[in-house]
Amino acid sequence: MERAIEVRGLVREFKGGIKAVAGIDLDVEPGEIYGFLGPNGAGKSTTVHMLTTLLPPTAGSARVGGFDIVKQGPEVRRTIGAALQEAALDPLLTGREHLKLQLALHGIPRHERLARADELLERVGLRLAADRKIGGYSGGMKRRLDLALALAHHPRILFLDEPTTGLDIQSRTALWDEVVRLKRDDGVTVFLTTQYLEEADVLADRVGIIDHGRIVAEGTPAVLKAEIGRPTIEALPGDGTDSEMLERILCRFGALQPSTAGVAVRLDGQGDLADIVRALDAAEVRVADLHLHAPTLDDVFLAKTGRSLEGSGEEEPEPE
Amino acid sequence: MRQLVSVTNAVAWRMLHNNFTTPSLLIPGLVFPLFFFTAFAGGLSRVNDVPGFRFPVGYTAFQFVFVLLQSAAFAGVFTGFGIVRDFESGFIRRLMLAAPDRRGILLGYTLGALGRWLVTATVLTTVAVVVGMQVGGNGVDLFALYALAVLVNFCGLLWSAGVAMRLRSLQAGPVMQLPVFLCLFFAPVFVPVSLLAGWLQVIAHLNPVTLLLESGRSMIAGDPTHVAAAFAAALALVAAFSVWAVRGLRKAEAAGG
Amino acid sequence: MNLASQVFYLGRRSVIRILRQPANWVFPLIFPLALMAVNTGGLHAATNLPGFPSDSFLAFFLAFPFIQGALFATVNAGVDLARDIQTGFLNRLALTPMRSGALLAGHLAGVIAVGAVQALWYLTVGIVVGVRFESGALGAFVIFVLAVLIVFAFGSFGALAALRTGSTEAVHSLFPLFFVFLFISSMNLPRNLIETDWFRIAASLNPVSYLIEAIRSLVIEGWNAEALALGFGIAITLSIVGLTLSSLALRGRMSRT
Repeated sequence: MERAIEVRGLVREFKGGIKAVAGIDLDVEPGEIYGFLGPNGAGKSTTVHMLTTLLPPTAGSARVGGFDIVKQGPEVRRTIGAALQEAALDPLLTGREHLKLQLALHGIPRHERLARADELLERVGLRLAADRKIGGYSGGMKRRLDLALALAHHPRILFLDEPTTGLDIQSRTALWDEVVRLKRDDGVTVFLTTQYLEEADVLADRVGIIDHGRIVAEGTPAVLKAEIGRPTIEALPGDGTDSEMLERILCRFGALQPSTAGVAVRLDGQGDLADIVRALDAAEVRVADLHLHAPTLDDVFLAKTGRSLEGSGEEEPEPE
Repeated sequence: MRQLVSVTNAVAWRMLHNNFTTPSLLIPGLVFPLFFFTAFAGGLSRVNDVPGFRFPVGYTAFQFVFVLLQSAAFAGVFTGFGIVRDFESGFIRRLMLAAPDRRGILLGYTLGALGRWLVTATVLTTVAVVVGMQVGGNGVDLFALYALAVLVNFCGLLWSAGVAMRLRSLQAGPVMQLPVFLCLFFAPVFVPVSLLAGWLQVIAHLNPVTLLLESGRSMIAGDPTHVAAAFAAALALVAAFSVWAVRGLRKAEAAGG
Repeated sequence: MNLASQVFYLGRRSVIRILRQPANWVFPLIFPLALMAVNTGGLHAATNLPGFPSDSFLAFFLAFPFIQGALFATVNAGVDLARDIQTGFLNRLALTPMRSGALLAGHLAGVIAVGAVQALWYLTVGIVVGVRFESGALGAFVIFVLAVLIVFAFGSFGALAALRTGSTEAVHSLFPLFFVFLFISSMNLPRNLIETDWFRIAASLNPVSYLIEAIRSLVIEGWNAEALALGFGIAITLSIVGLTLSSLALRGRMSRT
């Protein structure tokens, strides 16, 4: 079966020699949710702009929905929907007017437009606000309308560029539910960029981690996390804890890890949490707290790049 | 008193600093008056030959007075735009929180508008002298002319500040500008009041700007007339707009800035 | 969907946006007429100058609101297009099957619609206040056509500014530049009566003078072939240049494959 998205050696260079995307390869299967994770300035949005034909690549190639992004731009655009980083709405138009315009431009016949607009508004929970101007919408409402607009013409592939940035938890969860539903019920392929670990972890079937324009890791979240190793135990000493003894005991179970709050070791298979508790008890070493940290995608990023994902971003160059 | 002075100076310094370091703020304030001076004095100089037009020092000086007063008024209005920007960005709240005496904020804006205009007035005067404008008045007459312009500057600012503090949004722009524009232009801009068309002559006679303009022109011509009346009118307007502005400040305080 | 339909829908959106910003259409309907009233009242006496081509300054000056109205329509619509770029709405449109030409045509269709309404309004007001059109009803129609063509020409330059800069502030800052073209022209006096040499030369080089004179000739002279040829010729040339440059700018702005 033909892949939904196929990317080979994609590069985008801006004026001044800035390589926002420095050669990436990736494949996305039909019906998959692919999470594209990276800090600010990693090249996520630039990649999305190229795959959605808004920006021509400097080098490399890609096919989206079976169409070449450079040579078959119009065909690509017919196949995809996109909700980009900015909500990109006209504050003077209502939600319904946005949808009608979008449907009209996509060539949906007039007699179908009204029904389709109503259906989409119902789906994203904006039926009651449909005839209010966008200027009066909350951030969550704007994002939902953005999604509705992206789905207007029944695209097979959906690009979502940081769709939940700035949203409250409720709105974020609602959007996640909709993305899962799109995949499950409609078989839509979703290419989702995010800087939120949790979002990639929860939603994505597979994750590609990008940093400085290159993919540094790719795979399912579980495999990626397992690749970088085992869980970490962190013990927080209390008043009167013998820190040296604590460290000696923990080091029997794994290698020491950096910790600002206490003592941490990455387990090496010589024991588990229960064994550690028994050992501490036997040595009468009291701790204030004991944490078991499963590896996160941030740990994956840290292992691959030497930096933590959170707080490691820079400005991504704006397409000219 | 000391607190009032320190707040005034701080706010004035900020306005002047922003104005003189931001080309998009500085340049229009300098260029527009020069442009109007050029367009009116240059393009309409033939009006000097209109039967009944008698102005001893020439049309350039005739128009110079109008442009001087117009630039003074609009320096106040443009400073008013800055006040609106402060509301829109929320900076005014910072000022209100920090200032022990909030009247200093208003005084600071006033001083800022004056500083802004003084530079414009200097440039305008220099250009007028360079192009050979004739001046009939002596030092006292000219001092009085510029003092009158200072009062007009205060009026422009205080009016705009009152509007800005009441509306606290971009909608204040047209509300600030249009009345000032109408007041300036429903006056003997191009010819003396005696040569205006009927309806405009009636309005001009009722318009206090006419008194200021005609008195100012008499000063530059060296034959000052109605000086006391002009200053009385200007001071009365400053007093009235001061009340307007201070009440606006109180409304802004009550609304939380 | 064919090009005409796309232009229709985008043009309709352009008009809806203008209608929903009252300041963008109320102000252009009122302000040019207010300025006309002021200038007419103020410069009525200029009709007494030897060689002045009309005994009615109102009839002489009626061309002005058409030009100034076109400027307002241009800047406002340009700002709307720049806002589309700033907010990313242009990208949204680019992701649809919309043809690039439809975007520009739809934008200009909106500007033309507003310009047409403005032109009708100014003509109506002119007739109501008693201006006599020496070229008759047909001349009034030709004024309407020329006014719409002028709006189209100016509108294409407004679109050019929006597409090149993608910034609402930059488009706003065009307004003073257009103002200069408007004032350094034969707006207030016929060119042969402008005394100041450099001003007369600048006005003679300024294409806006010929646009004004073409409209004016239909009001106060009748059928002046030379004035009409120059006016229409310049409007058409500006339209072609503006449209070409803005099409190129659109191609650069929408770099979609």
